[in-house]
Amino acid sequence: MNEQSERIAVYDGNTLAGPLSEVFAVELTTAVARCRGCGTSSQVATIRVYGPDPGLVGRCPHCEDVLLRLVRTPDAVWLDFSGVSALRIPMPTDSSQ
Amino acid sequence: MGIISRGFSGRRRDSRRQLPPGQYLTDDFPVLSAGPTPRTPLDAWEFIVTTEQGESYRWSWTELMALPAESITADIHCVTRWSKLDTPWRGVSLDTLLADVETSADFALVRSYGGYSTNLPLEDLLDGKAWVAFEYDGEELAAEHGGPARLLVPHLYFWKSAKWARGIELMDEDSPGFWEQLGYHDYGDPWREQRYQGD
Amino acid sequence: MARAAVPGRLKVRRAWRPAHLVERRPETATASTLVLDVPGWPGHQAGQHVDVRLTADDGYQAARSYSLAAPADGDRIEITVQEVPDGEVSSYLADDAQSGDSVEVRGPVGGWFVWRPEETGPVLLVAGGSGVVPLMAMIRSRDGASPAPFRLIYSVRAPEDRIFDHELRRRAAEDGQLDVSFIYTRTAPEAETRPVGRIAAEDLVSRGWAPESRPTVYVCGPTGFVESVADLLVGLGHDPARVKTERFGPSGP
Repeated sequence: MNEQSERIAVYDGNTLAGPLSEVFAVELTTAVARCRGCGTSSQVATIRVYGPDPGLVGRCPHCEDVLLRLVRTPDAVWLDFSGVSALRIPMPTDSSQ
Repeated sequence: MGIISRGFSGRRRDSRRQLPPGQYLTDDFPVLSAGPTPRTPLDAWEFIVTTEQGESYRWSWTELMALPAESITADIHCVTRWSKLDTPWRGVSLDTLLADVETSADFALVRSYGGYSTNLPLEDLLDGKAWVAFEYDGEELAAEHGGPARLLVPHLYFWKSAKWARGIELMDEDSPGFWEQLGYHDYGDPWREQRYQGD
Repeated sequence: MARAAVPGRLKVRRAWRPAHLVERRPETATASTLVLDVPGWPGHQAGQHVDVRLTADDGYQAARSYSLAAPADGDRIEITVQEVPDGEVSSYLADDAQSGDSVEVRGPVGGWFVWRPEETGPVLLVAGGSGVVPLMAMIRSRDGASPAPFRLIYSVRAPEDRIFDHELRRRAAEDGQLDVSFIYTRTAPEAETRPVGRIAAEDLVSRGWAPESRPTVYVCGPTGFVESVADLLVGLGHDPARVKTERFGPSGP
């Protein structure tokens, strides 16, 4: 995507690690998210993140559709993951079994 | 000037300048965004108003420029707490734009190029409270600030002044836009500090 | 659902029209009905309201919204104004205005909180204080022209606060399909068996319609009242899409 306007900062998915860790016990930046719009799967750490104000918006690196949105209000976290049609979170079973 | 009502004197409010609660003054003009800056060539640009009856009204850039425009000086208040006073704009009043629209809808959903949206009562777009603004500080509105044209509704938090405006859907019922779906207030009056749902 | 209100071009609907006071009728110690003559009035639906603007000699202006109390009648409109403590507009209208005085009126306003006589389903009206005004317009516009059964639950602080009291009782006595009941939140008449207190779910059950009847519900009054009643109704199983609300509060939602 053309980034002529330097003043709009674009971050990567690592920016989401902190806010998401308030909500989820598992580390999500190594998860892989499938975009509902174009079907591309991307590691969360590589998605394009805008914000953090007034909220975080994570977009598909391929088509720029919104994958997820996160807002922190004084008493809640609002999370919309509807742009993600599937999320694969690495989680091996206990190898001692 | 209206008709004079015999014997009415009213009670005037103190118009001393102050900031809404929780705001601080800035000289900057911070840029916040939810996505990449849309680039719409003027010959492709369109502003479309659709009514609750399904009727559409359209303006090309040329048609927008042919409407009478006004200079506006406004204080703007961002929900992230910065306020900027006396910002100078030029734009077409929504009263002018919507004058011939046939509607009895109560609500509006403003849509932007790039997918952003925001909702507010139609009442808050009328009576000199809102503009489609295309100039800032004497220059063409920069793309990063919402150019070629954005909505300007200064009496509400600035997330309601949708950048890259491309149209308005008039609706009988309120329908939350991009940030309102994620916890921001459906109305957004800075003077009552309506930042989030439930405030 | 078919269209309720009268559309029209915004610049016409939002134009201020001169209006002259024809008559002011006290309804309670603090509320009066004003009959205004508005040349060229485009008509309105029951449930809609108007904006009224007053201008002082020096150009100072103040405007407020008031619900229409009666159905369309040529150039005549009726609004019922409840005096608000320190209200600059309501105290002028409810107390000072005299026959012949001029104001400006704009409207009608409001597309959703409307009842049309063509609608035949059961209707539940829930009023808090001066919220009874637009509901009275609905009752008056039904006036024998519609078979729709109506139930009004009217919550007031005390008996002297009942606006349209005599007319409501007369209409209920004459019309088997109109039911009117009062809820008192502070002082009740001696004959009243219900203890004083705010409206509760059981009031809506005993005096309203069961959700299975699929009534259209109109709730009007102060914001807190409306939100509480709407929640109770939905909690009882009424379809939220059939519960229409109008909040009287500071300007802006």
